[in-house]
Amino acid sequence: MRGITIRFPGVLALDNVDFFLHPGEVHSLMGENGAGKSTLVKALTGVYAIDSGSIDVTGSSRVFRSTFDAEAAGISTVYQEINLCANLSVGENVMLGHEPRKGGRIDWKAVHRMAAEHLEGLGISIDTRSMLSNHSIAIQQLVAISRAMVLDAKVLILDEPTSSLDRGEVEQLFTVIRDLRNKGAAIFFVSHFLDQVYEISDRITVLRNGKLVGEYLAKDLPREDLVTKMIGHELDDLAAISSTAARLIDRTETPILKVTDVGRRGVLDPADLDVFDGEIVGIAGLLGSGRTELVRLLYGADRADSGHIEVGGTPAKMTSPRHAIDHHIAFSSEDRRAEGIVSDLTVAENIVLGIQARKGFRKIRRAKQESVVSEYMAALDVRPADPNMIAGNLSGGNQQKVLIARWLATAPELLILDEPTRGIDVGTKADLQRKVAELSEKGLSVIFISSELEEVLRLAQRVVVMRDRKCIGELDSRKVNLDGLIDFIANEGKGSAA
Amino acid sequence: MKHRLFWPVAALVSLILINTVARPQFASITIQDDRFYGALIDILRNSAPLMLVSLGMTVVIATRGIDLSVGAVMAVSGAAALTIIDNSGDANNLGTVMVAVVVALLVSLLLGVWNGFLVSALGIQPIIATLVLMLAGRGVALLITGGFITTVNSTPFEFIATGYMVLLPFAFFISVAAITAVALTERRTALGVLTEAVGINPEASRLAGVRSRGIIWSAYAASAVLSGVAGIIYASNIRAADANAAGQFIELYAILAVVLGGTSLMGGKFSIAGTVVGVLIIQTLDSTILFLGVPSAQSPVFFAIVVIVVVIIQSPRLHRVVRNLVHVARSRGTSESTNDVEVAG
Repeated sequence: MRGITIRFPGVLALDNVDFFLHPGEVHSLMGENGAGKSTLVKALTGVYAIDSGSIDVTGSSRVFRSTFDAEAAGISTVYQEINLCANLSVGENVMLGHEPRKGGRIDWKAVHRMAAEHLEGLGISIDTRSMLSNHSIAIQQLVAISRAMVLDAKVLILDEPTSSLDRGEVEQLFTVIRDLRNKGAAIFFVSHFLDQVYEISDRITVLRNGKLVGEYLAKDLPREDLVTKMIGHELDDLAAISSTAARLIDRTETPILKVTDVGRRGVLDPADLDVFDGEIVGIAGLLGSGRTELVRLLYGADRADSGHIEVGGTPAKMTSPRHAIDHHIAFSSEDRRAEGIVSDLTVAENIVLGIQARKGFRKIRRAKQESVVSEYMAALDVRPADPNMIAGNLSGGNQQKVLIARWLATAPELLILDEPTRGIDVGTKADLQRKVAELSEKGLSVIFISSELEEVLRLAQRVVVMRDRKCIGELDSRKVNLDGLIDFIANEGKGSAA
Repeated sequence: MKHRLFWPVAALVSLILINTVARPQFASITIQDDRFYGALIDILRNSAPLMLVSLGMTVVIATRGIDLSVGAVMAVSGAAALTIIDNSGDANNLGTVMVAVVVALLVSLLLGVWNGFLVSALGIQPIIATLVLMLAGRGVALLITGGFITTVNSTPFEFIATGYMVLLPFAFFISVAAITAVALTERRTALGVLTEAVGINPEASRLAGVRSRGIIWSAYAASAVLSGVAGIIYASNIRAADANAAGQFIELYAILAVVLGGTSLMGGKFSIAGTVVGVLIIQTLDSTILFLGVPSAQSPVFFAIVVIVVVIIQSPRLHRVVRNLVHVARSRGTSESTNDVEVAG
């Protein structure tokens, strides 16, 4: 793939990116959210048309108009969410669309025999007549790979294949991947687990903000260099925001939130977290490190199966968001479209939704609504300043402001912000950071999650670092700089997990 | 053309116009015996059961649900009311009739609570959850009547469907009262906007602290009570509790009325005024078939054709296509040919 460029309305998703896959090699694509990883995958699989650039497969140039074209060219993909038919048998799935026929009818005996052969080629022997959904995700993934083998794929794309697998299953998958590589397949691996990337990859390409950062041999690229390249450096006008990191926090009082051993099997190892009055606690770690999972558990968005939580010194049950809200905790999700904005309602309706939900069915008086809406729209500088606009039509950054407005209107004592600055322009980013700093000075406690580490270091007095679904440590942001934090994320506790 | 009720109202008005042109007495209203008479008055009277059922259906659909059990609830409600009146000994006593109506509505409420329980507490898909009662409800109604079609002669009960008040049918006043009640509870309280929020984005609503379970539950309860009232009007009209015929296929007409009124089956934003117009379209169409003397064997085809036309006219995709065509036609007229740029692939 050479000079790949893809434009979306208003955004340059990929800007002149080169990516080379060689037979007999595992090549990992790395980058944070919005870097363009999935866009590149979709260009290669024919989901998106490319605006400029070229794709050559074994030397000849190809134009993919659909995923069908890509498959015909020998490119197969195994997605994180299995795209197989769960309610068909394993054998039917492996051979789907390529069933051997006898006299115009499908020869089922041959279907299952051939499916079994393909699966055995990957070292798995399961009953091909059993239903796919009865098998673990790992087995389903291997079934998807053997399906790719039926299609005689030259290129196999594995997009986040390990995110729902446990350690043993990852090993099994990796054994299969190595085997395929040794047989000459080109493997395109996308994952956010650093340990796994280093374990399996021969070559690593890094993207950032839709641009190619570089292509490296895995053995020549130390971890901290990789993390630095993925995260990059922020623009200068953000650095102008005065840091709140050095503010002294009184940690002798009872913490406003005390989380002990909260975890959930397969989601998060038991974790501890204290938040004090007026404190900004940052959570740093790459995507999938468990940072979102932790805050969802303590907000009651998902149920924890271990540990306990105290709010202001008294034990609190967090089994639903209502409980958290009753304890004056607010949570702004990282996925604002799916979990934040109610897109068909107006900006004003979205802002009052939080207080209205708390109040119940008695409608908040119109005058009161208007004053709340105009107060918070002004405070957060929502643009355009039209309360009757449909919220779904706002830009991402302004939707984020609407969400923060919704929560501030409920007068929370603890505000959890998960990736509040993702995918928004620098100016809006600076606005939001300034606002968070200002609010915490007035006594609001904040848990701040961001992939942008400068942001975390600038705002938070304390940074909790997570990796591979556990807390691996806590840093005082006065005593650590960006390089130190990157080093910590990349290396601390390494070896003990793997 | 911007207003979302434009097309439904246009469809209703053109139906009435077509009828009036075909037979001018369609639009005429005369006064006899202190009552208005005329086809339009009949439409108002006859639309009452569908109106009530459709109002409930609107709220349920707004929560991303559907209620297939409305017809069965009508049957149960009618059966309960008539069985009480039949067994009372004094069918003409107003008190008896009032007790019968209240009990029938309480039974309906119970059925609605059951539906709401299946959907909101157990998380069963609405179409399946209400299918249970759709199939079982008529059995319950037969159980209540002992397997017979209970008939009564009760003047106060008959008044509900056939009586008149200040020149107009009593059933029309029930419709108006129900429309007002639903509109006030949805729009004067926060219930309406919270219902829409749950229907548009359940997960975002949950995280914002909206008590979606109670909201969904109350929608099914309201739908069942309104269906219960519809069942009483139906039974009053035929002076009998017919467990099999009462409210047959009304769930489908109600869904149609809601959709004609511009509320999406995907849930979310809903329009009570739209549903009212939708019901009137269906009822006018029904009268049109009678009025124009369409042979009964062909009436379903006629009905289907008109509905298809109305639905297609409202389709946003059609509007887009038409806009594009108009746009293309205009730009062809004004601009000269542009250079096509070939992009090297």
